[in-house]
Amino acid sequence: MTNLEKYNKTFTETLGISEDELQGLEYQGISQWDSVGHMGLVSAIEDEFDIMMDTDDIIDFSSYEKGKEILKKYDVEL
Amino acid sequence: MDILKDKVALITGCNRGIGKEILYRFAQEGAVVYSVARVEGSLDKSAKELSEKFGSKIIPLYFDVRETDKAKDALINIKKQSGRLDILVNNAGVMKDALIGMIDKPLMKDIFDVNVFAVINMIQLAYKLMSRQKSGSIINLSSIVGIEGNAGQMVYSASKGAVAALTKTSAKELAPLNIRVNAIAPGMIDTDMFRSIGEEKVEEHLSNIKIGRLGTPTDIANAAVFLGSDLSSYITGQILGVDGEALV
Repeated sequence: MTNLEKYNKTFTETLGISEDELQGLEYQGISQWDSVGHMGLVSAIEDEFDIMMDTDDIIDFSSYEKGKEILKKYDVEL
Repeated sequence: MDILKDKVALITGCNRGIGKEILYRFAQEGAVVYSVARVEGSLDKSAKELSEKFGSKIIPLYFDVRETDKAKDALINIKKQSGRLDILVNNAGVMKDALIGMIDKPLMKDIFDVNVFAVINMIQLAYKLMSRQKSGSIINLSSIVGIEGNAGQMVYSASKGAVAALTKTSAKELAPLNIRVNAIAPGMIDTDMFRSIGEEKVEEHLSNIKIGRLGTPTDIANAAVFLGSDLSSYITGQILGVDGEALV
């Protein structure tokens, strides 16, 4: 499984959505991605890539695309 | 006694006083302890001695709790080495007194950086491990003066009052994850820090303790053992006064 596939899986499994809903997806853009869903999503990403995100990055993680940028800081190439 | 057997604990401020005694009691009760101090090497000897004496695993870690990156690295290491964190004891703290009119910004910053902001940071880091395992106990060190106030300690008492408030709030937020958060509010405890106020003042304070003696670091450590153990599994959001019915 590629890193992008892993990244997508964290969204689809944590938020219960399909892959075709990922492009353009934003924090609080759907009911599942609320503050509680956000922490669950962060946990899933941290587990998947064996990283621990900084608080600033967790706050900054505002969209599906933004998450990809943030992961680069942790040497995760998608 | 092994009531903390195999529980993985992280204790800050272990080099002296109450923290040193909490480390001792946790080791005695069989916990795996990551013990934190600022000065490199300062815990090596005691960690070795406690490991040999009680057969517990004691791992010294050296960082200043104000350094968020190093605190994060410590939690990453705990995750890698032990895979879990059962107990966090936020013990590290500073006490600096100043009368109203003589309180400057650096003093406020020094006290709040260690006593409050570092505690919040450590809770956020511990949450990352504890939320995954759906269990954990966080123990914060507040103070009787954080509840009752004390002349000459406006900033210190405010910081310890903040610890009580953040304890109650985080307990409410983390209870659904089975993470308990409690605080201990020590009264007058016989430590070097307390003795630094002078013998005359110590005697004066002693007369205000109804139980008739100063508290010992062991009195506080025993409370920490209880709150860290499964004996307190239904207790959260509490500020436990350990003060011998002291009047401040």
